[in-house]
Amino acid sequence: MTDFVVTIGLETHVQLNTKTKIWCGCANGYGAEPNTQICPVCVGYPGTLPVLNREAIQKSIQAGLLLGCKINLRNKHDRKSYYYPDMPKNYQITQFDEPICIGGGLDIEVDGEKRFVELTRIHLEEDVGKSTHFDACSGVDYNRAGTPLMEIVTEPCMHTPDEVVAYLSSLKQILQYGGVSECNLEEGNIRCDLNVSLALPDAKELGCKVEIKNMNTFRGIHRALIAEIARQKKALETGCEVLVQETRRWDDDLGRTESMRSKEDAHDYRYFPDPDLMPIVLTEEEVDAIRATLPELPEARKARLQSELDLPEYDAEVLVADKAVADFFEATVAEGADAKQASNWIMTEVLRVVSEGDGEITSLKLTPTHLATLIKMIKDGAINRSGAKEIFAELLENGGEPSAIAKAKGLEAVQDTGEIEGFVDQAIAENPQSVESYKAGKENAMQHLVGQVMRFSRGKANPQIAIELLKSKLDA
Amino acid sequence: MSALHTKTISELSSLLAAGEASSVELTADVIAAIDAGDARIGSYVEMNKKQALISATAADARRAAGENLPLLGIPIGAKDLLNVKGQGNRCASKLLDGYTSPYTATSVARLEEQGAVILGRMNMDEFAMGGSNENSAIQPCRNPWDTTRVPGGSSGGSAAAVAADLAVATLGSDTGGSIRQPAAFCGCVGLKPTYGMVSRFGLTAFASSLDQIGPLTKTVADTATVLQAISGHDPKDSTSLKVDVPDYSQALKTDVKGMRIGVPTDYFSEGLDADVETAVRAALATYESMGAELVDVSLPHSKYAIAAYYVIATAEASANLARFDGVRYGARVDGDNPVGLVKGTRAAGFGPEVKRRIILGTYVLSSGYYDAYYIKAQKVRGLIRKDFDEAFEKCDVIAGPCTPTPAFPIGEKSDDPLQMYLGDMYTVPANLAGICGMSLPCGFSSGGMPIGLQLMGPSFGESALLHAGHAFEQATEFHRARPATSTEAS
Repeated sequence: MTDFVVTIGLETHVQLNTKTKIWCGCANGYGAEPNTQICPVCVGYPGTLPVLNREAIQKSIQAGLLLGCKINLRNKHDRKSYYYPDMPKNYQITQFDEPICIGGGLDIEVDGEKRFVELTRIHLEEDVGKSTHFDACSGVDYNRAGTPLMEIVTEPCMHTPDEVVAYLSSLKQILQYGGVSECNLEEGNIRCDLNVSLALPDAKELGCKVEIKNMNTFRGIHRALIAEIARQKKALETGCEVLVQETRRWDDDLGRTESMRSKEDAHDYRYFPDPDLMPIVLTEEEVDAIRATLPELPEARKARLQSELDLPEYDAEVLVADKAVADFFEATVAEGADAKQASNWIMTEVLRVVSEGDGEITSLKLTPTHLATLIKMIKDGAINRSGAKEIFAELLENGGEPSAIAKAKGLEAVQDTGEIEGFVDQAIAENPQSVESYKAGKENAMQHLVGQVMRFSRGKANPQIAIELLKSKLDA
Repeated sequence: MSALHTKTISELSSLLAAGEASSVELTADVIAAIDAGDARIGSYVEMNKKQALISATAADARRAAGENLPLLGIPIGAKDLLNVKGQGNRCASKLLDGYTSPYTATSVARLEEQGAVILGRMNMDEFAMGGSNENSAIQPCRNPWDTTRVPGGSSGGSAAAVAADLAVATLGSDTGGSIRQPAAFCGCVGLKPTYGMVSRFGLTAFASSLDQIGPLTKTVADTATVLQAISGHDPKDSTSLKVDVPDYSQALKTDVKGMRIGVPTDYFSEGLDADVETAVRAALATYESMGAELVDVSLPHSKYAIAAYYVIATAEASANLARFDGVRYGARVDGDNPVGLVKGTRAAGFGPEVKRRIILGTYVLSSGYYDAYYIKAQKVRGLIRKDFDEAFEKCDVIAGPCTPTPAFPIGEKSDDPLQMYLGDMYTVPANLAGICGMSLPCGFSSGGMPIGLQLMGPSFGESALLHAGHAFEQATEFHRARPATSTEAS
């Protein structure tokens, strides 16, 4: 068995969440009826011209700064020519030799080992439409055409499928934190081209480069890389197939990559500067102004939650993994909830519900204010845990005000000392053995007696009051 | 009132203001002239009679309400590559059969705001590619001075209609001379503005870094009026300049004493027809006699202009015309798959000259050739621009021939594209440099064909062109000459 060096580089397309498209005023959004978010400009009608959306530039700079890139104060757009029905002009406006961002990179951790993934560049381009093939014909939806798209290119610096997924997870997290993209994979906000090559350990050059196009799930990417590495390895070891520089596609059902086109059939894109657009010229001041508004990144936030709120590292890591979850957590604490209690509730109950449904934490009917109130009610003994869970379920279902729900459902704890005293007396009377044990110094006996009080009160007695009453009667 | 269609914008504006004619009468008169005379010329590819009369009625109502704009109620034709909502925009190509514009070009919208009546669409070379109008896939267009000769191109219909009194004024577009050359061939005034002065939004692009929209009219004063209306920044065109538009009526002066007129010595060389040279030299003498100072200027890199132009223009065109694939609009030839559909549509839809230029442009942008052609052509472009910068340090305008020959017989150059391309040698440099240029009548050949004098000015030098042009016009009678048959219709 030969030990080959696997080299992987990625080109990741990320849709920016600008309000409007990159060259026209059409809404930039997913899910509308086909061809309802289009105009003569984004459908490439004769005589139309592109006008750059400044928000797209701003968000690209934001992403570049978050990823440690150098911002090119002068950058420009070029035309990349190829024919495809989903591309209205049959050329894509992109950036060829003067992209908006250069260099940069991000930290990843795989199997406890930290690594830095270097970026080559980020360029800003336009997305194309979406083709759908029917039995008798094909259709194109141009709603997506003109969506601002960042292409983030890494150096060929990754070596395992795990590293690639770690890189993508980290990238996704940073871009979501930056508020530049929703990074929703199902809606195609992130799409990847994978470049994979194998070489002998002492080889001076990389092996034959194979590109796998248009991957859009992390699981698919991981599987495709494993399959492609295995294919290339087998080819090199057995000579059963000659590796060529080519573009392949991943067949998820068959679990293997398949050839799309070889180097000989590669497009000549005939790049040249787009004469319809002026070069983008930025000032240091503009970039600094964006730098000043950058949000806190996950690593920094995790450290802050640990130090400021005394959360265990595990909790902090789970919470910051998704910006919306961390925001929910901090809002709950800001409403006065105990940090650890809030963390427990979110990590267990809330995230369970989120993962079971298909929405995000922000689409729940339960709000941070509700959760904070609930936690405070438990702490004050106004409700017990099982009551709290019932209220929680109701909040998820219908929303509302926690104390009102408690009242309506009869879940409020009995606070009346006189009423509880009756249960206490009953408990003492019916459990002489426990009383004896307690008096003999066995603390466990107290728990049994409290349990009895709770049983008689059907769980509604405030346990704090019950303990106090028991103690005052037995210690006397 | 008879023969309204033979008058200039200035004359008609006075008549309309004085209530001696209405826009409806005027528009109907022009339509009658077209009906009677355009079968001979072929200058219109689409008429818009009904809508034109509605617009004319609206213009008359605006005037009755007290408005008095110079273009209010004046019928104007638009070259067939300018989008006008609800109209065709065939670019004289079969490929755009059936296309209806969903929006209006900024230049046309500005004319409409001023109350102009958009009358019809003017014939042209297919996708503005050509210098004779012989590349129109819709119908031939003929020179009204001699219908066996070409009207020039690519704005051939725009020039022929004005010269034949079938339009009061028209809009054309000029990528390498496509306004000035047909204006010279047909004996009217045509101005190509400084790049970025007039919005290109709505102009079907041939070569984006060279295209400019401009007026074709019967007089320099009329050109000033139309230019005033269409110039100025447009947020829909990123290459549109943010500059204040001067009051061009102020430029229409007759005194040229002390004006420095540059004589481009390099332009009086091999290939220049003797009649053209005689007429242009006479025009220069006229300026001198009026008190202008003639200064020799050198434009040494202009001789490379044609080569650089046909690299840059075709490169841009190869991408600009890629969108015409039959998928979204226009004529379609179906295929078994998308590639078949696109190939079939383009093979059937484009004429030979368009295909030639797309292939040329594709070639010069191809990997391995890009530096040798496209980059080198851009360097030449820079040198040409520098030539003009230096020349305009010594003079206010440059005056020389607009075309090497007068209008040639139809068919004469059809089989020799290179000869056809060389016809642009004096006009192309202004497009490459981005400066303004204008052609105006300065004489006739021994065969009776009009000859154009080209004035070129620095960037934003339109006022200087209008000044020099108007002064020349006031001192001469060439612009008053009309082809023999032009008024027969009325």
